[in-house]
Amino acid sequence: MLAFIIRRMVQALLVMIVVALIAFTLFRFVGDPVNQMVGIETSAQERELLRQQLGLNDPVVVQFIHFIWSAVHFDFGASYQFKQPVIDLIADRFPATMELSVVSALFSLVFGIPMGVYAALHRNSWLSRFFLTVSLVGISLPTFLTGILLIFLFAVSLHWLPSFGRGDVVALGFWTTGLLTKSGLKALVLPGITLGLFQLALIMRLVRSEMIEVLRTDYIKFARARGLPDRIVYFGHALKNTLVPVMTIAGLQLGSIIAFAIITETVFQWPGMGLLFLKAVQNADIPIMSAYLLLVAFIFVTINLIVDLLYAAVDPRIRIDLRQA
Amino acid sequence: MKFRTAILAVGLALAFWAGPASATVTFKFAFQGDLKSLDPYSLNETFTHGVLGNVYEGLTKRGKDLKIIPGLAESWEVIEPTRWRFHLRKGVKFHDGQDFTADDVVFSADRARGPSSDVKTRLPADAKVVKVDDYTVDFILSGPNPILNAEWDTWYIMSKKWCEEHNSLTAQPQAGQQMNFAALHANGTGPFIITEHQAGVRTLFKRNPKWWGKLESNFDEVIFTTISNDATRVAALLSGDVDWADPIPLQDIPRVNASGTAKVLQGPELRTIFLGFDQYRPELRYSNIKGKNPFKDARVREAFYLAIDEKAIADKVMRGAAVPSALMISPLLFDLSKDFVRPAYDPEKAKKLLADAGYPSGFEVTMDCPNDRYVNDEAICQAVVAMLARVNVKIDLLAQPKAKYFSKVLVSGGYDTSFYLLGWTPGSFDSWNILANMYRCRDEKGVGGNNNLGNYCDPKVEELTNQVLVEGDKAKRDQLIKQAYEIGQVRDWAYVPLHQQALAWGVSNKVKVVQRPDNQILFYWFRKE
Amino acid sequence: MSAEQGASLSLTPRRRWLSRLLDSDIAFSFWQSKLTVFAAAVALVIVLGAMLAPWIAPQNPFDLKTLCLLNSHVPPAWQKGGDLHFLLGTDDQGRDVLSTILYGSRLSLAIGIMSVAFAAVLGITLGLIAGYAGGSVDALIMRAADVQLTFPAILIALLIDGTAHALFGQYRDESATIWVLVLSVGLSFWVQYARTVRGLTFVERNKDYVLAARLIGIRPGLILVRHILPNVIGPVLVIVTINLALAIILEATLSFLGVGLSPTQPSLGTMIRIGNNFLFAGEWWIAIFPGITLAALALSVNLLGDWLRDALNPKLR
Repeated sequence: MLAFIIRRMVQALLVMIVVALIAFTLFRFVGDPVNQMVGIETSAQERELLRQQLGLNDPVVVQFIHFIWSAVHFDFGASYQFKQPVIDLIADRFPATMELSVVSALFSLVFGIPMGVYAALHRNSWLSRFFLTVSLVGISLPTFLTGILLIFLFAVSLHWLPSFGRGDVVALGFWTTGLLTKSGLKALVLPGITLGLFQLALIMRLVRSEMIEVLRTDYIKFARARGLPDRIVYFGHALKNTLVPVMTIAGLQLGSIIAFAIITETVFQWPGMGLLFLKAVQNADIPIMSAYLLLVAFIFVTINLIVDLLYAAVDPRIRIDLRQA
Repeated sequence: MKFRTAILAVGLALAFWAGPASATVTFKFAFQGDLKSLDPYSLNETFTHGVLGNVYEGLTKRGKDLKIIPGLAESWEVIEPTRWRFHLRKGVKFHDGQDFTADDVVFSADRARGPSSDVKTRLPADAKVVKVDDYTVDFILSGPNPILNAEWDTWYIMSKKWCEEHNSLTAQPQAGQQMNFAALHANGTGPFIITEHQAGVRTLFKRNPKWWGKLESNFDEVIFTTISNDATRVAALLSGDVDWADPIPLQDIPRVNASGTAKVLQGPELRTIFLGFDQYRPELRYSNIKGKNPFKDARVREAFYLAIDEKAIADKVMRGAAVPSALMISPLLFDLSKDFVRPAYDPEKAKKLLADAGYPSGFEVTMDCPNDRYVNDEAICQAVVAMLARVNVKIDLLAQPKAKYFSKVLVSGGYDTSFYLLGWTPGSFDSWNILANMYRCRDEKGVGGNNNLGNYCDPKVEELTNQVLVEGDKAKRDQLIKQAYEIGQVRDWAYVPLHQQALAWGVSNKVKVVQRPDNQILFYWFRKE
Repeated sequence: MSAEQGASLSLTPRRRWLSRLLDSDIAFSFWQSKLTVFAAAVALVIVLGAMLAPWIAPQNPFDLKTLCLLNSHVPPAWQKGGDLHFLLGTDDQGRDVLSTILYGSRLSLAIGIMSVAFAAVLGITLGLIAGYAGGSVDALIMRAADVQLTFPAILIALLIDGTAHALFGQYRDESATIWVLVLSVGLSFWVQYARTVRGLTFVERNKDYVLAARLIGIRPGLILVRHILPNVIGPVLVIVTINLALAIILEATLSFLGVGLSPTQPSLGTMIRIGNNFLFAGEWWIAIFPGITLAALALSVNLLGDWLRDALNPKLR
């Protein structure tokens, strides 16, 4: 078991190093950092001095190590657009994105799982078919289209919900949250639904197909044959086994949500990391791009690692395999 | 007991829920771009100047009718043609508490003309600024200059002590990594104080209770947010999330006006949108013609001019919110502009001219265009591309956000363009600004016609420009200006002026605003009912 | 040998294959499900429209000479102010919406198909190699896959696109944008193919017929292509259909965000971005019709994928 953990952690570290390599290449070799920093009046001598100061003449390996060292200390240089340290810009926007992502993930789970269970248990009812249609639409509609339609309906036509921004936020230490204010909560609704719809559809379909499979298995048949009431059969046995793969996938999808937040944040002008990243791509602001890459990779790798470890802890089959291995 | 506690609980809950009891008047406004820097010398951009004009002040300002009025200088006199004396206002304090004195004026004059400042042209480079006493400053010029303070409403006075203390002796450069304190914090003398600034997201202003003047506005606080997405911005205005939004896309104007919550103010703007050519390099950088530069031939420039149906652009792309222009300056600012007529759309003649110049089957060239700076800029460029395609000129359109665009085509990018779209408002509301910036020759470093990106150069126009600067008699001066335009525009087709765009301020019905044609948002004149 | 056997043996191999297909369970389940037939019909209409665009479209919106600004903002033909020449109306530059949908679908489909093909070829190749060779080659490829799997497709696509912008921004021309998009979208999706094929190859590798082939001395490459590949195609097809819808949506998203195709060469996503600006102003046709097309395309491809997955899944038969 311990060997398994260590192996997974080494794997995670390897992934991070590869990503760091990519981020470094981006940072150093795409565009000329010096040209980005100085005006046209600067002489060639001054540029050379600047190169020296920034360490751009050192061997590439040394530069790479320096890059990683700085990254570990959260120093990603300064943005070309805003002339501020990248880490400040990202830290400012991090709570916004995380809140939105977690809210959408919860939304997709809280609605997706029951919908999936219902659709599995009552396969031919009209409500099931309706849910399936919703899920199909959820997977097929691009996120931006959903967002636009929701804004048009709820913000512009009905005036029920705000069309942009986070509303009023409350600062708790270094974190800012919109969950404690009325306007903050209202502002979370439309972006949360937009971002979560795809995941909802995915989870619903997954739960449904997993549950259908589980319901065919022998042990469920035996449980029914024993005369156990439906409720216990479905929720006590079937659901538990369905949920394990579902939860792992849902966990892995959290990373995907953070990435899709880029689109949602653009449509709703949500001041998060995604919008920052997109503007950086449009403006070729390399420091932000490479910092975002590293940060997001770190989050993903961590989530994957935790999910893998949890999965191993929860699923007895894997534990047995590991002991034998 | 339980009942009473319940009532108390409900009462407290209601109190919280009812929100703050004060009557703070808050003004929320949104713009399509960011307030990238709070350093008033770092970027010569209308929006930045306008917003900072509520926080910083110049020696003189302009009133609601654009006439020059006293600012930090109570009065001034021209002692000799080359010596102007300004009497400074006493008892004015900067937001950090320091007194405003002549030292700050001298310091600001040097800083504005210093390295990496983008407002160098506010003062003549060789003018000497001399402190006479704590509240009197002299400007000693090398030659007479009747419009010395014409652009001072956007030359803001900064505190010498504050800049020294915070290591901000030079302006924040456009392309640069140094994080200048002045770019992130503001310390002016004006009616509003910046209390919070998140670049690219929002900025918070609070009323300055110690301001020396009488504040017309009744705002206690002002919140600025950037909303780059057009639809979101309009939605925010209509739902009341913001009180003022700019620009309102032209196609949404009828909807906003019909909404009952807001309306659109469409006064004339002084900005001229135009196309320019690289007329200087021996070979164009971004074209398929090698060995020569097609734009050096006036016939090619004329062909481009005639190939573009400006009326269609004004009607369809700008939906009537544009006035086709024959000159690079608004007719509001030049009395003799009625003597100039805009040549009519004539694609056949354009094709003939191209053939005569040696390009019977046209040629290819890349066009640089911003996509978030001027009203419908990218749409105008697309229309231009389609029209030029009809005369066999194939345009490869490179539309970029303004930060990237400006860092490419302006002096900081080495004027790296072959064919471009640009907009220009003469900050002094006078033709000399146009001639000096657009028609004068320049060198690689931008000395001379700093914004003459294509480097149109004619010695006679150069000479006329210099004469215009010093000529005191208005009638004679206008004639000189007319001559310069006749050579530069009519004979030489130096540029393709398209139109002056109209402003499109979306304003909540609860707010009374003042809209000047220079599009500066000076909310110290606004009031909220 | 009976008469029937003789008869069936006389059919040529290709016709035998075709009649086997038409009589098979898969075809049966296809015609059974009305929804699937409907989805296939919709997809077919869009694909045919896209392929035949140069012949059936009233206007070629990519040829800038044919655009006339005076024809811009025309509503659909059945509304007041509409024009029969422009059945679905025109956009802000005078492009006929119907024509642009046809040509734009062409681009969207082309990019979608090319990127899926690229992803599939890359993924299958790497999967086959990894599964067959095993050992360190397998480990290397799978590590690369792991690294990539940590990132959602959109992030990878944005990164590649953004880097291309930064590197070649000044010198790009319009056809380059298409290749960059194919590369970005394709590189985001190869991993699924690789993993599936690798797993299946592992299983097939140990089967008797492969061992027999190896004994005879047939080259590994030949074994992979002639023997193993046909057996792993089934699941791959399912992935392809899911992927295709995702690829089309991804390209549309990139174009919507402004880092995809430009307005002079619009795809469905670009049109929606342009149309979005006019949606609330009442000129809904510029965004809604391409939006419906995009949604219909993605939906029908998804439905087909669903059906294919159910049909090929032995457990559900």
